[in-house]
Formats: sequence, C-alpha cells, structure tokens
Amino acid sequence: MADQGKPSLEDLVESSVTALGGGVAPQRLASRRKRLVPYGLAAPSVFWLLVFFLIPTIYMGFISLGSGYLGDIKFGLNFSNYVDVLKTYDTQFIRSVVYALIVTFLALCIAYPLAYWIALYGGRRKNVFILLILLPFFVSFVIRTVQWQFILADNGIIFGPLKNLGLLSENFHVLSTPIAVIAGITYNFLPFTALPLYVALERLDPRLLEAGRDLYANKVTTFLKVVWPLSLPGVFAAFLLTFVPAVGDYVNSQVLGGPKTTMIGQIIQNLFQVNFDYPHGAALSFILMAFLLIGASLYAKVLGTEAVTSAAGR
Amino acid sequence: MSAVTVEAAGADSANQAPVRRGKGRRWSSFILPTYTWVVIVYLSLPIFVMIVFGFNDVPGRVSAKWYGFTTQWYRDLFDNVELTAAFKTSIAIAIVSSLLATLIGALLGLALGRYRFKGSGSTNYLVFLAIASPEIVLGTSLLTMFVNAYTFIPQGFLTILISHIMFSISFVAVTVRARVQGLSSSYEEAAQDLGANPTTTFRLVTMPLIMPSVISGFLLAFALSVDDFVITSFVSGPTVTFPLYVYGAVKSGIPPQVNVMGTILFAVGVLAAISSAVAPALSAKKDARRLAQDRATTEAHYSSIGK
Repeated sequence: MADQGKPSLEDLVESSVTALGGGVAPQRLASRRKRLVPYGLAAPSVFWLLVFFLIPTIYMGFISLGSGYLGDIKFGLNFSNYVDVLKTYDTQFIRSVVYALIVTFLALCIAYPLAYWIALYGGRRKNVFILLILLPFFVSFVIRTVQWQFILADNGIIFGPLKNLGLLSENFHVLSTPIAVIAGITYNFLPFTALPLYVALERLDPRLLEAGRDLYANKVTTFLKVVWPLSLPGVFAAFLLTFVPAVGDYVNSQVLGGPKTTMIGQIIQNLFQVNFDYPHGAALSFILMAFLLIGASLYAKVLGTEAVTSAAGR
Repeated sequence: MSAVTVEAAGADSANQAPVRRGKGRRWSSFILPTYTWVVIVYLSLPIFVMIVFGFNDVPGRVSAKWYGFTTQWYRDLFDNVELTAAFKTSIAIAIVSSLLATLIGALLGLALGRYRFKGSGSTNYLVFLAIASPEIVLGTSLLTMFVNAYTFIPQGFLTILISHIMFSISFVAVTVRARVQGLSSSYEEAAQDLGANPTTTFRLVTMPLIMPSVISGFLLAFALSVDDFVITSFVSGPTVTFPLYVYGAVKSGIPPQVNVMGTILFAVGVLAAISSAVAPALSAKKDARRLAQDRATTEAHYSSIGK
C-alpha cells in the first residue's frame, strides 16, 4: 500500500485536517467488502461535491474561454484571455507570486523547528501544543487581520509608544507597505505550514534516530541525513498549503496594504464584483487553480508516483 | 547550529563513549521549547489584543488608544442592530450548515474508511481537491454558477448555506475516515457473531465508536463556517455575515462589540475543542481503571486457588 512508502500529498493534507480536528492518526485497515452500502453512504456527499464544487469549477473553466460581461457572456475558445490577464496584470501577478514565495519561505523557517520539537519531544503534551498552535483558528480570519492593523498602526500599541519616546521617527510606518502584507499573510497561514510538517515529523520512526546515533552520527548529521530527507514530503505539502492560498489572498493586502501592494486576489475580486468581467476573472482564478494542480502532480512525480496513482486506482 | 556541531564533534573525539547526548540536549530541553513558546505567543498576540480591547472604554469606534477599563460593551452587546443581525445570520448558517455537513460528511467518511469500492480513489481525490483548492477559486466558481441559477436560487442565505456545506463536507469526511480506519473491524464482527443485525451493529457498536470524530468534525465545520470570509463574500448577495460586516466596517470604524463577539466565539470554540478532546481521554481512563480492576480481581482469584 502507498503508506508503506512515502506518504502521499493527500494523505499528509488530510492527516493535517485530522490534527486540526484533534483526531487520531489514520491507519489503513479498509476491508474489501464489496456491496452497495458504500455507494449509498457516499452518495449524498459526492452529489454535493460534484454539483457545488466540481461542476462549478469546470463551468468556470468554460467561462474563462468566453467573452463579454455578466448577462451577455458568449462561449468560445478565447485562449487569449489567459494571455490578456497575464499581460494586463503582470505587475500584480508577479508581486503576488513573490510575496507568496517570501511568505512560504518565512513560514517554513518559523514552523519547522516548532513542528520538529513538538513532534519529537512534545511527549504526552503534543496535543496541547497543537491546540495552542491552532488558537488563531478560533478567531475569524478577518478579525485577526484587523487586530494586526491595530498592532501595526502608525500610532498603534507598538509604534505609538516608540515614537513618543523618540526611538522612531514620526514618519516611520509599516502599514500599507509590503512588509505589513507579507507579515500578515505569514501570520495567517502559519498554522497551515506547521500542521503538515508536524504530521510528517510525527510519523518519523524514532528507531531511525537511534540508529543514526548508534552509527556515531552527531545531531547535525542525523538531522541532515535522516530527519530532513524523511520530512521532505511534509515540507512540500506545507509549501503547497501555504503558497497556493497565499498567492490568492486578498484580505491581508486589502486591510494591511496600500495601493502599491495590490495582489492578484484583489484583481480577481474586482473583475468579478466591480467590472463583471467574468471571463477574465475566471481565467485568473483558473491560473491559481493550476498552481495547485501542477504542485500536486509535481509532488507525485518527485516524491513517489505510486502514492497518487494508487490513490486514483483505489 | 554551528555551536552544536563543534560541541558534538568535540565530545566525539574526546571519548568515544555514547555520553555525547548530554550537551546537544540543550537544544531539545531549552532552546527549542523556548522558541516554541515564543511562536505561540506571537500566534496569540492578536487574540490577546482582541480580548483586551473588548474592555476598552472608547467613546465610539474601536481605536488603538487605551481609554480605561469598562464592561460596557459586554452589557451593550446587542446594541448595534446591523452587527447583531450579521452575528445572528452567521450563527444560524453555522448551525444549519455544520449539522447537515456532519450528517452527510460522516457517512462519506464511513464509506471511505471502511469500504473499498469502485470510485473510492477518485472520491478521495475529490475530497483532497476540495480541501486544498484556494478559497478564491471556490468562491468565484460558485458565484459563476449561482449567477446563472439566479431564478432558482437567489443569492443570499441559501447560497451561503450551500457553499458552507460544500467546503465543510470534506473536512468532516476526512476526520471521520481517520477514526474509522483506526478502528479494527473486529468489534463489528464480534457484534455480528453475537447475533446483532447490521442496523443494531451500527447503532450499538459503530456509532458510539466513531462518535468522537463526528463531534470533532462538527466542531471543525462550525468553526469554518462562522469564520469564513472569502467564499461567503462571493456568494452572499445582499446577506451580511459577521466576518463580512467586520470587513465592511474596517474603513468606517469598527464598533467595540466586534471584539466582544470575537472573544465570546473564541471562548466557546476553545472550550468545545478542549472538552471534545478531553472527554474520550477521560472515558478511556475510566475504561483502563475498570480493566485494571478486573485484572486485579482475576489475579487475586488465581493466586487464591494457588496458580
């Protein structure tokens, strides 16, 4: 079975969700009973996911090749829509990708040591630490971002006193700069980065670490030769789970950013809700979806194809 | 890192004995835990600010200046009509959508965890895609569809509900599936060997066993629904939910009750999460104690008959 090799992306992502729900680690024990029962059980959910997830996504794919505005959209095969949006919004597009790359890098650097320590040394209090990492999820995304706006405000609770003391110049500001946007996205997606890393590191067989020690590897060598390579699937899953939503984010750039930090998510939102230019908005949306699909198949290619294919053939 | 390398290497050459764990332990027992706590504090900082500023005696809208302590905003929690309406809408949508999503999502989780069937692989992949897709893509594609279905389903409460059920299903299914896969099917087989029919087996054996995961799936779905902003903002039509209200109020100024409502949701969420995590552990402890007692009795019995 796939799980005896490297974990599949789906497996890591879904185990992260399980950790989110405070659940148990999954084991594959599915029996091979073949009756109509599973179809009956799965039908309502599958119906819902098909009608309200898969079909709308495919439908949007068709719209992205059409032309015109809401109310008068003509279907067609205008692949030029994709070229158009990338040309018109190249600045925002590149900016979004660059921000997202910086965010993902920062989040990985911040989350890795944390996930490492909790997974390997957390002991019986592992779940408590995971709950603490997930605390931000108990507060709405929007409210969290608004709180950062207060924290980082020009005369807010941090910079206000520093300015009064004369430690910062009056012109100093962080809000509406790229720093504020990047910091905000990093903050908001950090738990998404930490969870897959934790799941991957938690599955690490402690006997492998002992073996490393027994073979006279020091801590650094053990880390580089054993821990790091085995955690790579988690790193990749964390990368994808942070990078993909970060590229498409528009709340942080809207609340914490300024006119010079506009990201592609804001453009998509404008195209749909202000300009009613559905075909171009759909094309941009689809490019974001492509990041996920390319990333997922890249994962399968680099980190063991059997995982995804066996999942697909199950 | 370099300090550790040097130390570990030094220990290596000095004595080849396996004592060298000693100095490296500083990382696992001091530096990394301290670091972990620093990150946790960083993650909780906005929550802390939210709770504290819910007690700020501001003259009107939320501001970063501290005016003194008050519990006024807790007393006048529902004074802002629009905010209260948005809050109620959010709670209503969260309750209905998480109940429905839990109901059908748990069944899917059961199907995926217990059975192998044609198409289960693609179903797994569908669930994965629904979880990993960027929210903005989900939002725009639902909007594109709902706009065309306007005559059947006008945008508003109903479209938000449909969308929330959609993104919650996968989370519930994955949570329940993990639990089902972790269970040995021998419990159910034992029940059937003892003459229970499938319905009775499900009601008396399977259901209680998967219940903890169904509850955590429900809590997850509820939290996701109450918090959702991006997807909701695309499909909401004229309906305003709590996050939409807060987002809309950012420019004009946020009423202080927002912090209080955020605090209440936070407190309820944390309490629910803790109790759902602790309850199974407690009952497991009770079970373990009973088992230990049983064993003690058995052992006493055997020793009394001289074995």
